[in-house]
Amino acid sequence: MARVLAMTRVAVLKGGRSLERQVSLKSGARVQDALVRLGHDVVGIDVGHDLVRRLRDAAPEVAFVALHGRDGEDGTVQELLEALAIPYTGSGVSACIRCSDKVIAKNHMLDAGIPTPDFFAFNETAFKELGAADALPAIEERLGFPLVVKPAGQGSALGIKFAVAAKDVPGALVAAFSYGDKVLLERHVRGRDLAVSVLDGEVLPVVEALPTDEAFYDFEARYEIGRTQFVCPAELPEQLTARAQKLALAVWDVLGCRGFARIDLMLGEESGELTVLEANAIPGMTETSLLPLAADAAGIGFDALIARIVDLARL
Amino acid sequence: MRDLMALTERGDIISLAGGLPDTSSFPAESFAAIMGSVAVDSTARSLQYGPTEGLTVLKSCIAEVMAEEGTTIDPEEVLVTTGGQQVIDLVCKTLIDPGDVIIAEAPTYPGAVPTFCSYQAEIIQIGLDEDGMRIDELERTLERLDREGRRPKFIYTVPTFQNPAGTTMSLPRRRRLVEVIRARELLVLEDNPYGLLRYEGDPLPTLYALEGGDFVIYLGTFSKILSPGVRLGWSVGPRPVLEKMNIGKQASDLCSSSLTQLFVAAYFDSGRWQDYVHSLKEIYRRRRDVMLDSLAECLGPECGWTHPQGGLFIWVTLPDYIDTTDLLALALDERVAFVPGRAAFVDGRGASSMRLNFSGVGEADIREGVRRIGEVVQEQVELYETLTGTQRIVEPAAEPAPAEPDAALADVLQLPAPLRRNHPGAREG
Repeated sequence: MARVLAMTRVAVLKGGRSLERQVSLKSGARVQDALVRLGHDVVGIDVGHDLVRRLRDAAPEVAFVALHGRDGEDGTVQELLEALAIPYTGSGVSACIRCSDKVIAKNHMLDAGIPTPDFFAFNETAFKELGAADALPAIEERLGFPLVVKPAGQGSALGIKFAVAAKDVPGALVAAFSYGDKVLLERHVRGRDLAVSVLDGEVLPVVEALPTDEAFYDFEARYEIGRTQFVCPAELPEQLTARAQKLALAVWDVLGCRGFARIDLMLGEESGELTVLEANAIPGMTETSLLPLAADAAGIGFDALIARIVDLARL
Repeated sequence: MRDLMALTERGDIISLAGGLPDTSSFPAESFAAIMGSVAVDSTARSLQYGPTEGLTVLKSCIAEVMAEEGTTIDPEEVLVTTGGQQVIDLVCKTLIDPGDVIIAEAPTYPGAVPTFCSYQAEIIQIGLDEDGMRIDELERTLERLDREGRRPKFIYTVPTFQNPAGTTMSLPRRRRLVEVIRARELLVLEDNPYGLLRYEGDPLPTLYALEGGDFVIYLGTFSKILSPGVRLGWSVGPRPVLEKMNIGKQASDLCSSSLTQLFVAAYFDSGRWQDYVHSLKEIYRRRRDVMLDSLAECLGPECGWTHPQGGLFIWVTLPDYIDTTDLLALALDERVAFVPGRAAFVDGRGASSMRLNFSGVGEADIREGVRRIGEVVQEQVELYETLTGTQRIVEPAAEPAPAEPDAALADVLQLPAPLRRNHPGAREG
């Protein structure tokens, strides 16, 4: 595996058709600026039907994948880059597949003994063909209320709903199925919202997301500027920080991540226990994103972070 | 939602989300001829600054447009603005201090919300039904505010072919609203971009005409009757308010474009503007009818929608378990887009509604777009029925009797009963 040297021709893949297109365009633009400052020869590609042709024309030595959501984060683009033999940043195909599907990721965590909130996952067929709706009362009893309903495949807060009572569950499922054909119902963990980023197998300081309006907390709040504050390093007892980082690293290993990733965890308010919600194979690189924030707290500036990630690009 | 809305502009999507007039039918040769005459006859003037309140020649055109709707004004009283949107901004700039109350309709024009918010106003929304803003609810709200020692700075309304609901305030409600504001000495901002785009029914007087202009600030625009590209709107209203707005406009942009003002004046000189509006009305009427027919064909009886007599929009309300923000994700997969209803509310209401535009896309695309929306809605309805074990009522036994609005539902938009004309009933697949 060749180490990538300076003055490299880098294609930044961004945008695309996913629902997270706008975030990706922001991540991509910021990455491009950094790469230019680092002295690379940079070409930005808004991913579309002509992706393969444009990659062939550009003939980059490395592809920086700054895509989020469907196609970019689920292994599709990575598979294509493998086929074209272009080394790319971040995780490989199989890790992308494992991370981008919350259900697959959580099952891997369960198998490895990594704590993750109790859940049940179904595709639409289960409800349409197998009468899964009849099992909802039993599921609700086991998970308790409120419970969280999420699309399995979405990276952002899109489609995530709280159901506070049984009557909310069908509507929440309908909403979640808008984003894909697999959803999960998950026990709601009330507590502190933590993120641990990993760079080349090394954990970075823990970030805590603090909603500014304590009285009304929801998932969307963390994605709205001004409604959430981020603290890094999170104010946690030393052993909890160590435990969170250890769990993140365990997830990194189990899912087979490469380059960089971000692991989201909850610190249960009542239990005091840490549980892992999900892993993001391509975390955001915007001005307000958590991985750059954590890297900065570890003394790695944005340009240095990008240089490192490009350096770790592989086939 | 903003990120999702950005996706609706993708080229391969049939977007019923826009609010665009059709500018493709404007004759290119007329455009060229008018531009040529402006260039030759008014070279220096069109390249120069103009007075803040606008050029006199344009003000006469504005008086002509308003007269067409039966509103007589003195052209001297007009403030020409950079689009109608600037009127909303200038009224806020003139009247609003942080924390002040603005009363608006529920739903309201989504483009006004960010303006109101940027002046840190508190927006209170009053429900509307097929007769426009519920004045009884408005009066109750004003009484409540009285008790709290508060007074709204102004009431914002789009009384004719409302954006987004498509409804029109009835004459009795217009009269009652005028009585209320006169008695309480309250200002109204009457936003009237679509008044001349009437496809059926009799024209109604503007609030400004009914009231006389002591308490009504009128907002007009050339955007929907000629071109949004010329960026020209206007305001008439109480002189003290207009004077302050003039000062505000000086600070904002000194004056609106002399070039486009002279273009519009030259266009009016050619004497064809009414013909052009007439041709637009013909196009839009057909598109509205195609959309109404397609909705009747493609949406089930659990859905309802407004029947606008003019304007650009239809407001569709789906069963309450469907969230149109989430539905948009599914719709984008099917390459069709709409505006989720939440954009028209400041308090999270409107989750089951959507705004559809019929002016900006051709008839074939309207048919196909509505068909795709019908499919994704049907998919969600069937899934919900599977999840809850309920069955869709295919045809209600009888037309529900008109009832007094349930107080508990006061915050829900009251809509006319769903159209069942031509409805195919139980659909297959």
